[in-house]
Amino acid sequence: MLAFLIKRTANAAFVMLAVALLAFVIFRFFGDPVEMMVNEQATQADRAELRERLGLNDSFVTQYTRFVTNAAQGDFGISYRNQQDVMVLIGERFPATFELVLVATVISLVVGIPLGVITAVHRNSRLANALQLGSIVGVSLPSFVVGILLILGFSVSLGWLPAFGRGETVDIGWWSTGLLTPSGRAALVLPALSLSTFQITLVMRLVRAEMLETLRSDYVKFARARGVPKARVHWVHALRNCLMPVITLTGMQIGNLIAFALVTETVFQWPGMGLLFIQAVTFVDIPVMAAYLMLVSFIFVLLNTLVDVTYAWVDPRLRDDAAKAGGANG
Amino acid sequence: MTDPVLDVRGLRVEFPTRRGVLTAVDDISLTIGRGEILGVVGESGAGKSMTGMAILGLLEPPGRIAAGEIRLSGTRIDTLTESEMQKVRGRRIGAIFQDPLTSLNPLFRVGDQLVETIRLHTDLSKSAARARALELMREVGIPAVEERIDNYPHQFSGGMRQRIVIALALCAEPELIIADEPTTALDVSIQAQITALLKRLCRERGTAVMLVTHDMGVIAETADRVAVMYAGRLAELGAVEDVVRRPRHPYTEGLMGSIPSLRKDMDELQMIPGAMPRLNSIPQGCAFNPRCAHAGPRCRRDTPRLETTGAACWLALTGETA
Ligand SMILES: Nc1ncnc2c1ncn2[C@@H]1O[C@H](COP(=O)(O)OP(=O)(O)O)[C@@H](O)[C@H]1O
Ligand code: SF4
Ligand SMILES: [Mg+2]
Repeated sequence: MLAFLIKRTANAAFVMLAVALLAFVIFRFFGDPVEMMVNEQATQADRAELRERLGLNDSFVTQYTRFVTNAAQGDFGISYRNQQDVMVLIGERFPATFELVLVATVISLVVGIPLGVITAVHRNSRLANALQLGSIVGVSLPSFVVGILLILGFSVSLGWLPAFGRGETVDIGWWSTGLLTPSGRAALVLPALSLSTFQITLVMRLVRAEMLETLRSDYVKFARARGVPKARVHWVHALRNCLMPVITLTGMQIGNLIAFALVTETVFQWPGMGLLFIQAVTFVDIPVMAAYLMLVSFIFVLLNTLVDVTYAWVDPRLRDDAAKAGGANG
Repeated sequence: MTDPVLDVRGLRVEFPTRRGVLTAVDDISLTIGRGEILGVVGESGAGKSMTGMAILGLLEPPGRIAAGEIRLSGTRIDTLTESEMQKVRGRRIGAIFQDPLTSLNPLFRVGDQLVETIRLHTDLSKSAARARALELMREVGIPAVEERIDNYPHQFSGGMRQRIVIALALCAEPELIIADEPTTALDVSIQAQITALLKRLCRERGTAVMLVTHDMGVIAETADRVAVMYAGRLAELGAVEDVVRRPRHPYTEGLMGSIPSLRKDMDELQMIPGAMPRLNSIPQGCAFNPRCAHAGPRCRRDTPRLETTGAACWLALTGETA
């Protein structure tokens, strides 16, 4: 287990170094940082002095090492656009994205799991076929189309829910939450729904596939033979055996959702990291772009590593060792 | 005369498929009395499990009972609704399946599975049900039950798991137990223990048992009567001594003749040439006729039937096959 942990951590570190290299190359060679930072009146001497101070005359390796060292400490420099510390900017936007992704994840589980069970239990029924068809639409509709349709339906036509912004927020320490105010919650509904559409269908299809497998198992038949009511067999005995892969999928997908949130945040003008990134792209604000890239990659790698480690932890072979230690005999 | 515990008459199980209707169980009639153990033997695919599942009302759609009646202590159960049948399964009919390794839900403690079953069928409180679960576990011979009750299935060996499955089948003191090859998946060394345990518990309680098995030795030691199945039909039905000593159906004869020690897996039989027909190509007349040394014109034309005992064979019924 320890060897595995070390190997997996080394793996993760290597991936992050590669991402850092990419981010660094973008940072260093897309436009001249000095030109971005100085104003027009700066003299040649000013520029040379700044170049020296920023260490831009050092060797590539030295600069890359410095970039990685700083990044590891959360230092991505100063935004070209508004001269603020990049990490502070991202920190301000992170709660909005996090709450959006969290609520989208909860929606995808609360809706996707029951749909998966229903389509598996009533396979071949008209309802199940309709849901299956719907799920194909769900995976194939681009997320921005879903967002625009939701805005058209619920804000423009019905006027029930706001179409943009985050509503009122409350600060808890450095964390600003929209979950505690009515307008904050209302503003969250459409973006979260839009972001979760794809995820709902993913969860539904996974649960359906797992359930079909589980429903064929002996312990499901045996539970029925014991007189356990059908509904309980399906929703308790069978479903519980399907949840492990769902948890894995959900964990892995959080990274994807954060990345996808970029589109949703743009459509709904949601003031999260994604929107910050899009604005940074418009202004060629390289440090913000590099920091966003690093942060999202870091979340991806972290989640993947955690899931892998959890998997090794619950590996049936490890369980079987425990069974032997339990000393069972015929 | 009191009603038998189980009374199956003319049972037919069909599977509609794209290429026509398959008949997996054809015109099976049998009874089991109180405290009686009926052995059911036959090659794999003969329809033994289908018969059991039909009695439990657990045929997988599109499989269905196409004809016949099933009575439990005099009342029809094949016509009950699903919710009525839920009160029969586990309560009046207990089931034991082939593979104890997969019969128990891996994510639930064995105690919880016992308590769940007990509380489904009785009014016992949680703590009373737990006490009953402990008592049942003790009865089926699990050591250190207080420690073991909160273990998960994978923490038990195959034999121990099958003991727990037996305890689960006995939870509500059912009138009938359907045991579908309860020892086939187990280590040879513990098969006899499990069969003996099942026999003792059912004898003590007067439970009727339908014991499906591959093992003629188990039948000889355990059952009172035996039903031999072939291609979905009954080939022979009678008291164990008669069937074992004086088999009247050529198929049974082949089975017995090839079992000098009475302890052989029937799948290994090579004595009777040929193989059991597939469901979509069961020959006209006697299903056994392509493999039978005595087959005559009548065997290829008319299907022999057996009433309550004896052999479904023209030779046995009429003394000739012409
Ligand atoms: N879902 C199904 N569709 C069609 N035929 C089936 C299905 N399930 C089982 N059968 C067939 O029914 C027959 C009886 O099977 P089974 O009762 O399991 O035999 P046994 O228990 O005697 O080995 C077999 O020939 C099997 O192929
Ligand atoms: S009926 Fe004919 S073919 Fe069938 S077992 Fe008897 S003798 Fe053989
Ligand atoms: Mg079988």
